[in-house]
Amino acid sequence: MTVLSQPAQHQGADLISTVRIENLSHWYGRGSTRRQVLQSVELQIAAGEVVLLTGPSGCGKTTLLTLIGALRQVQQGDVRVFGQQLKGAGRGQRQLLRRRIGMIFQGHNLLRCLTAEQNVQMGADLLEGFSYRGRRDQAREWLRAVGLEDHFSKLPQDLSGGQKQRVAIARALAARPQLLLADEPTAALDSSTGREVVELLKRLALEQSCSVLMVTHDPRILDVADRLVKMEDGHLLQAIE
Amino acid sequence: MIGRFLSGRGIPLASLMLVRQPVRLAVALAGISFAGILMFMQLGFRDGLFDASVTVHRLFDADIVLISPRSTSSVSMAGFPRRRLVQAMALPEVEGITPVHWNLLLWRNPKTRGTRSILALGFEPGDPLFVDSTLAPKAQVLTQKGRVLFDEKSRPEFGPVAEWFRAGRTVESEISGRRVRVAGLIELGSSFGADGNLLTSSETFLDLLPNTPPGSIEVGLVRLQQGTDAEAVVEELNALLPEDVTVLTKQGFIDFEQNYWRTSTSIGFIFTLGAAMGFVVGCVIVYQVLYSDVSDHLPEYATLMAMGYKLRTLLGVVVREGLLLALFGYLPAYAAGQGLYLLVRSATALPVAMDFSRAMTVFSMILVMCMASAGLAMRRLVDADPAEIF
Repeated sequence: MTVLSQPAQHQGADLISTVRIENLSHWYGRGSTRRQVLQSVELQIAAGEVVLLTGPSGCGKTTLLTLIGALRQVQQGDVRVFGQQLKGAGRGQRQLLRRRIGMIFQGHNLLRCLTAEQNVQMGADLLEGFSYRGRRDQAREWLRAVGLEDHFSKLPQDLSGGQKQRVAIARALAARPQLLLADEPTAALDSSTGREVVELLKRLALEQSCSVLMVTHDPRILDVADRLVKMEDGHLLQAIE
Repeated sequence: MIGRFLSGRGIPLASLMLVRQPVRLAVALAGISFAGILMFMQLGFRDGLFDASVTVHRLFDADIVLISPRSTSSVSMAGFPRRRLVQAMALPEVEGITPVHWNLLLWRNPKTRGTRSILALGFEPGDPLFVDSTLAPKAQVLTQKGRVLFDEKSRPEFGPVAEWFRAGRTVESEISGRRVRVAGLIELGSSFGADGNLLTSSETFLDLLPNTPPGSIEVGLVRLQQGTDAEAVVEELNALLPEDVTVLTKQGFIDFEQNYWRTSTSIGFIFTLGAAMGFVVGCVIVYQVLYSDVSDHLPEYATLMAMGYKLRTLLGVVVREGLLLALFGYLPAYAAGQGLYLLVRSATALPVAMDFSRAMTVFSMILVMCMASAGLAMRRLVDADPAEIF
């Protein structure tokens, strides 16, 4: 566990909120089919905080998540991640920011052609200053941490849904992010596996002092959150503490 | 191994993407190989046919060739004054000259009595004509009037001349209404313009074509001292000789003939078009293969982008993928090309062979197409936000 216990680098994260969103609006489509999905959203996430975002499907949760993750251009409003303004940010700036953000996707998005170990190593490879062997060892360490020590060389197609999601978590954490964004990580899992995966995610994230924003539908996992945020029709209904 | 080498100290993503989907890889390689074979065949046919137009030209023992500026090709050679060739002797670099009469004459098949036009070359039997040294002793029989040497590689429509001659029969036939006797066999090969060839002495040649103006020849061969720069002598001769003669290097003479077939005949156009079609169809196939391959992996590339990988890194992966596909698709195409050329050679006697420049042309076309289509497919990743792809 030597590798995992190293703290993540903090770049003034104590002073500024990890995420600070002000008056964010977003639209899809053009002309007459233009549809607003986010309306004047305000949200802050402090360093080390675990926030859960819930709401009916189609209310804009995933859009918000991808905007924070610098995967989408901000149209209107302020989105600051680690103090950096995302509106109008260039490709290079967004790419550097993404390195510090871990993403866990609904459909896990593992690379089909890589083994579990190699998938996690794709995350570890983003770190600088480690040899190939060093990064591989880290990948194995992470797989052990998510309880997949017997599945290093399996391809995603040979893993169960829960195992795939664990690999995705290990991959996201292997890049030592300061912010973890998870989009319905339990959607494809049964309730007990889902619970396990989320608890694992929270524990490992906190060990890295990493903030977490998790989108979920799943009422059974709401209690892992420090804070619960509800969303409806593009509006954020603030803080159910 | 190659993949690991190419991707440095990381995971060999490009080769793994290819290898872990063997069926897809096989289809892609088959497509690229097919495109390569198509290009090899079309280019091979085209070059082979143009090579076939200069079968005789290549054989001449000459460094420089003089022809009339009115000549357009081997099937319509015009005469020029023989003394121009003699004038060339004035240069110290010139070692020797051979005046050659060149015309298509009507040969009567000794068996069926039908006539067909044959390329007749007339020269002084003592002069060197071809690089091949076995001709000189045979040429001695031509000093007798009315004797010809018959090309045994001529098409069979000229009659069973070689067969009869070998069997010891006296083969006599008729050229332009005059009786000739076959005094020996030579091996030249048929070409685009002439289905058969025969050699005779200048004296006999002029007998067969009594209307030839005195002192007129169609081709003048000039041999230079060893180590002389032929190009320089060509320029010197062009300055020295009047406008009624064209001076070419031997290669220039070959190019002159090939150029005629390539640009001034419909057959040249058709084969050039065929080669172009081979290119276009090949390119489209390679493009389709690479594009669908990259499109298939696009969500994975988008995932890597979302993780924070640079676009340049991902383009590197695609470039390596394209490189590997081009290389491993090309190798079977090259092998199949060799095999098909062998088949064509044995079936048609056309001089179709793999040459280095064509091999490189096809390879670079495949490579460029692989890269270009992979790059085009990746453009979606450049333009779009990653979130819009997965």
